[in-house]
Amino acid sequence: MFAAENGLKGDPRLEAISRAIRVVPHFPKPGIMFQDITTLLLDHKAFKDTVEIFVDRYRDMDISVVAGVEARGFMFGPSIALAIGAKFVPLRKPRKLPGEVFSEEYVLEYGTDCLQMHVGAVQAGERAIVIDDLVATGGTLSAAIKLLERAGAEVVECGCVIGLPEVKGQRRLDGKPLYILVEPRDIDDCC
Amino acid sequence: MATGDASDPRIAGIAKSIRVIPDFPKPGILFQDITTLLLHTKAFRDTIDLFVERYQGKGISVVAGVEARGFIFGPPIALAIGAKFVPMRKPNKLPGPVIAEEYSLEYGTDKMEMHEGAVEAGEKVLVIDDLIATGGTLGAAIRLLGRVGAHVVECACVIELPELKGRDRLGDTPLFVLVSSA
Repeated sequence: MFAAENGLKGDPRLEAISRAIRVVPHFPKPGIMFQDITTLLLDHKAFKDTVEIFVDRYRDMDISVVAGVEARGFMFGPSIALAIGAKFVPLRKPRKLPGEVFSEEYVLEYGTDCLQMHVGAVQAGERAIVIDDLVATGGTLSAAIKLLERAGAEVVECGCVIGLPEVKGQRRLDGKPLYILVEPRDIDDCC
Repeated sequence: MATGDASDPRIAGIAKSIRVIPDFPKPGILFQDITTLLLHTKAFRDTIDLFVERYQGKGISVVAGVEARGFIFGPPIALAIGAKFVPMRKPNKLPGPVIAEEYSLEYGTDKMEMHEGAVEAGEKVLVIDDLIATGGTLGAAIRLLGRVGAHVVECACVIELPELKGRDRLGDTPLFVLVSSA
């Protein structure tokens, strides 16, 4: 669900966050309008507001785990975790995590990829959220949810800054609520 | 080179929360795993606080974090001190125009990229990574930032491996670490 439909309609922070995101056409390949959040990270107020919106939502939900998807989930997740008093758990591409891991394979447009989480990072019964910069098909988030559930955690929600049209109108992903701040922008909307 | 004040009780807690994994990524290497630090909310909080206390109010307008573990520590520091966060990335990850700097690995070379326009001439920059080993990566970050006319005031890491003398590859740039792992 979009933040604007859930109590933040007309919130000026959302408009500033949206405007701070840069659209890069034809990256990584022709036809893709890449939503670049690095420009959001250069706008201190908009970046701070992004984190605050998630923190305000999650601080009273008894969340003890914030899982962030490599690599852009690492840019948002830890600040949220620190503010709500939760652990931060990185979900990484294969062979990056040094200890014993759970692995979950997921489907790409062509081929498959794999997401890993350290064994022992999450205890059974913990309440977790998953954070990433953007949700498109939801393949990566689905893999993330499965990893956390295999460790016995309860995934309370997935939070993303941007939600692509494929998820518009869907309030859930694999039965888990989805919370999204903004929609993607077109190149014509850009400054 | 400065090390965190060893008498600060927070340092001991941080050091204890780091897990050492032998023979990763290859035999003979003792890998310093900060993911266990991230599971200890007090130790993670203290890590960020120690950096923020050192760097706030110094006119630093950019925190540059090295992919990927620099992305975990850099943004909370940037947000707390009122700075921009700039990711320094492996090749072909950043969309749009970039500048690149090559650096040496044990075998071969790698490249680091930064967005054009992210950092302006004259800005004061803090470079962050979880650990300094040989200093190759941090050296590349310093050179990249220097090329756009920015001034790197310091490199900061949670951990240093002093035997690898990474400090020597940073030129005139000071290094600050919390934990020295001999």
